[in-house]
Amino acid sequence: METPLLLFYLFAALAVGSALGMVLNLRNTVAGAMNLVLTMVSLGGIYLLLEAYLVAALQIMVYGGAIVVLFLFVVMLLNLRQDDFAPARAWLVRVGSALLAVAALVGLLSATRGLPEAPPVPAGFGGYAQVGEVLYTDYVLLVEVVSLLLLAAIVGALILAKRKID
Amino acid sequence: MPIEVLLKSAFILLVIIGAFAPVITWVERKQSAVMQDRIGANRADVSGITVLGLLHPLADVIKLLTKEDVVPTGANRILHTIAPVIAAVPAIIAYAIIPYGSTYQFGDHALQLVPADPDWGLLYIFAIGSIATYGTVIAGWASNNNWSLLGSLRASAQMISYEVTLGLSVVGCFMVFQTLKLTDMATAQDSTFRLLGFLDVLFGIPVPAWLDWLRLPAWGLFLQPLGFLIFLTCIMAENKRPPFDIPEGESEIIAGYFLEYSGMRFGLFFMAEFIEVVVIAGLLTSIFLGGWAIPFLDQATLTAFFAQGAGPFAGFGDGLANALCMLLHFLCFVVKVVAMIWLQMLIRWTLPRFRYDQVMDLCWKIMLPLSIANIFVTGLVMLVIHG
Repeated sequence: METPLLLFYLFAALAVGSALGMVLNLRNTVAGAMNLVLTMVSLGGIYLLLEAYLVAALQIMVYGGAIVVLFLFVVMLLNLRQDDFAPARAWLVRVGSALLAVAALVGLLSATRGLPEAPPVPAGFGGYAQVGEVLYTDYVLLVEVVSLLLLAAIVGALILAKRKID
Repeated sequence: MPIEVLLKSAFILLVIIGAFAPVITWVERKQSAVMQDRIGANRADVSGITVLGLLHPLADVIKLLTKEDVVPTGANRILHTIAPVIAAVPAIIAYAIIPYGSTYQFGDHALQLVPADPDWGLLYIFAIGSIATYGTVIAGWASNNNWSLLGSLRASAQMISYEVTLGLSVVGCFMVFQTLKLTDMATAQDSTFRLLGFLDVLFGIPVPAWLDWLRLPAWGLFLQPLGFLIFLTCIMAENKRPPFDIPEGESEIIAGYFLEYSGMRFGLFFMAEFIEVVVIAGLLTSIFLGGWAIPFLDQATLTAFFAQGAGPFAGFGDGLANALCMLLHFLCFVVKVVAMIWLQMLIRWTLPRFRYDQVMDLCWKIMLPLSIANIFVTGLVMLVIHG
């Protein structure tokens, strides 16, 4: 087998395994979060194999790094026990999530069937220069809208936090 | 070529981690002794021979290896074990993209003195740095100790905050050097710029030819002085050594996140910090001090000088000229790295430690606005120069 394919299977197995580890790790939330980190990093590896270098770096930096650290921060600060999340109607949640999982699986299988052969990757694809150029020419309005959304979220968080302090 | 990459990596590990990091502990002891008017580390001896206290790193290792390895009751065994590894590994693999020399042509083989040279360059360092946070955070949580937990909460808050500003502080350099690659940055700094050139560019006043010698190396330090200060501050905060030792906080939370670690597990945290000091010195050198570049003497001139030569240097072949050039560049890189390590030691032993809220204020209220202003001003200047 070629090395990229081998690496793909390695990262894919890691991603799926650690995702399962996160979901099934009910007793230990922190260990679950660390599994989530592993999922994010393996996804970053898969993006690398797809030659999406910028996305891979951002995946590890933003998701693998910053966001899960904040999750951990909250988890540690609250120091939750297992019974804190015991849902009132556990069976309903379980059946619902099983149905959702089956639906997602069927959707994925039908979507990937009959996909055309991937065209060769153009030179310089996925680099920061290309992504930046597209982002600030074709999608500049969307970038501005998203930044406004983030600003609103920051202001909202500030107001909520301030109310508690005052 | 896998073998070449392996050789380069081995070289990095041997020189920088094998030789530099242990010696740094000695340098730190000596430096603190000098600054506190003591004689300093000179007690470790083998049958009376102390070698200026250079045996202390060896004594450290023996002590750490023979100490009892304690895992506290109620600790999470797995996470407690892997936390020091998560802290140390990112520090080591960050060296992969720091160039310790330029590209040299030997026959038809171009030798580039850097193990890896990805297109996304510095983003690799940031990605790895964000993973390094987990070592600290998990160590504190897995120890089942409230002091440790406080330490890791502080660590996660501090490291996440400074990561933001750290990323923004080098955007100015990305703009000036038009690249994210450390190798290209070092090459771009292997030149000079006219000190009065701004008169010509901004106001159209031509600089007289007899003032042409008034030049500075095109280093990041001179092109992005504010960026250098912000980067230095933020990366020292990421390193968590004093004056930013909030997660450790010896006077408040005993030893913070590594309170429950002993023996070589503590040793790994300890080594990770010193390895990071060398990484920081390498990064500062590559981004702001021209990397391997010798000031006022670019690679083409130097190689041509050795190749043609005069007096005792006459008649060198191209291969030997390149080899000499490579040696000089590597020496230049090492000198700069040592200077940057010394600068970090100087800061660490000069400034008193910050209070927790002061660290956060410094980041969000001073460093972040300054770095955004730096990007704005750099953008304006670039717009004027390049139109």
